[in-house]
Amino acid sequence: MGGFDWAEIQHAIPYLFKEGMTFTVTLTLLAMAGGIVFGTLLAMMRLSSYKVLSLGAGAYVNLLRSIPLVLVIFWFYFLVPYIGGWITRSSSPIQVGAFASAVITFTMFEATYYCEIMRAGIQSIPRGQVWSGYALGLDYWQTMGYIVLPQAFRNMIPVLLTQTIILFQDTSLVYVISATDFLGAASKVANRDYRLVEMYSFVAVVYFVISFGLSFLVKRLQTKIAVIR
Amino acid sequence: MYYHWNWGILFAQEPGGSGTYLHYLLVGLAWTIATALAAWVIALAIGGVVGTLRTTDRPWVVRIGNGYVELFRNIPLLVQMFLWYFVVPELLPEALGDWIKQIPPPWGSYIPAVMCLGLYTSVRIAEQMKAAIQSLPRGQRYAGTAMGLTQWQTYRYVILPQAVRIILPPLTSEFMNIIKNSSVALTIGLMELTGRARSMQEFSFQTFEAYAAATTIYLVTNVVVVLGMRWLERSVRVPGLIAAEAGAH
Repeated sequence: MGGFDWAEIQHAIPYLFKEGMTFTVTLTLLAMAGGIVFGTLLAMMRLSSYKVLSLGAGAYVNLLRSIPLVLVIFWFYFLVPYIGGWITRSSSPIQVGAFASAVITFTMFEATYYCEIMRAGIQSIPRGQVWSGYALGLDYWQTMGYIVLPQAFRNMIPVLLTQTIILFQDTSLVYVISATDFLGAASKVANRDYRLVEMYSFVAVVYFVISFGLSFLVKRLQTKIAVIR
Repeated sequence: MYYHWNWGILFAQEPGGSGTYLHYLLVGLAWTIATALAAWVIALAIGGVVGTLRTTDRPWVVRIGNGYVELFRNIPLLVQMFLWYFVVPELLPEALGDWIKQIPPPWGSYIPAVMCLGLYTSVRIAEQMKAAIQSLPRGQRYAGTAMGLTQWQTYRYVILPQAVRIILPPLTSEFMNIIKNSSVALTIGLMELTGRARSMQEFSFQTFEAYAAATTIYLVTNVVVVLGMRWLERSVRVPGLIAAEAGAH
């Protein structure tokens, strides 16, 4: 085994960050954007008075939240090529890379968490706001878009960001479809050079610093927003 | 586009010769539950103590408790799994480390998986324990002090019996999380439910049947856990509290 080899880490840093961290951060940001949009739509469906919409969205959210994320990743990894083939009317499943598959999976999965956050946010808005929107002659989409959602979104920013930090940590699970995210890149170097202790300790420290730093910022933002209101 | 459905695969023999694929998956469920339960014991014990200590009036104890929580909360579960499996045995004295590495499968994966999930979940339980204790009216603590109880006695006879009942509902979702999170142990070679669904897919090429079966098994497990915990909540509730009134109807 020998001592702890710092040079090994130093040597791997450019690869780890240029390849791995870029993948992790891009995936996190895309899944956050997609997840919040889809999650908000799901929340509106869950709160809809049309039974079909609310039951359908509720079933989707509960199903995805009842099974392990690893299993969800496997599901989409195999399902997406088939759905793609079905949409393009091709005779065989289409090719979908690990990155595209991961973006779709995390968007669809995290949307269920963002949905519950946005649902709480929408429900925290007083009913009178909706009525005044209708009284002014706005339709459903205008009332939602101009009155309810901006307030709900603003109230929920700290919670949405906290969920994004969890998403950032969860993206490490793309390891199971052999994607080269930050952990995947470290794991490749670790196994090539047989330096598992150095690589995995370094990965843990980096994840800790980033997640801890971000949650600290979110906490400060939370107090700031609280003061203004 | 064509997918060859074959639900009969569940009753076909799996190549390892242990029985049908369905049986193979159910053994996986048994490993999932065995992992989750053992980790749950660790999580409850450590989480309960750390959460309680963080509400005491000793600043250093609170600080150490907070540090513990931040440490385990800000590292992804999968990375923690690798730390327990690959890194911890190397950091221990050589003889002990070598002994750990020679533990035969499946225990060689099971033990680190249980340690990892136990400590990871203990942090979430510590958070809930702290929140539950802080949600109690301040007067409860003062009343204990006024009656001449020590801090230890106040916790033992006044605070904790109430706090434990308050955290039961959130504990249900934590227990379901630990069941789901145990699937991460497939990365260190533990053949639990998700891991077995994956190898069933690799052996049989019946991808969707394998994952649909595993999904169904997880859903049924969830329902059983929810019903069990609801029964537990009912049997320990304190008559007269709002939660008890709501539960009675």
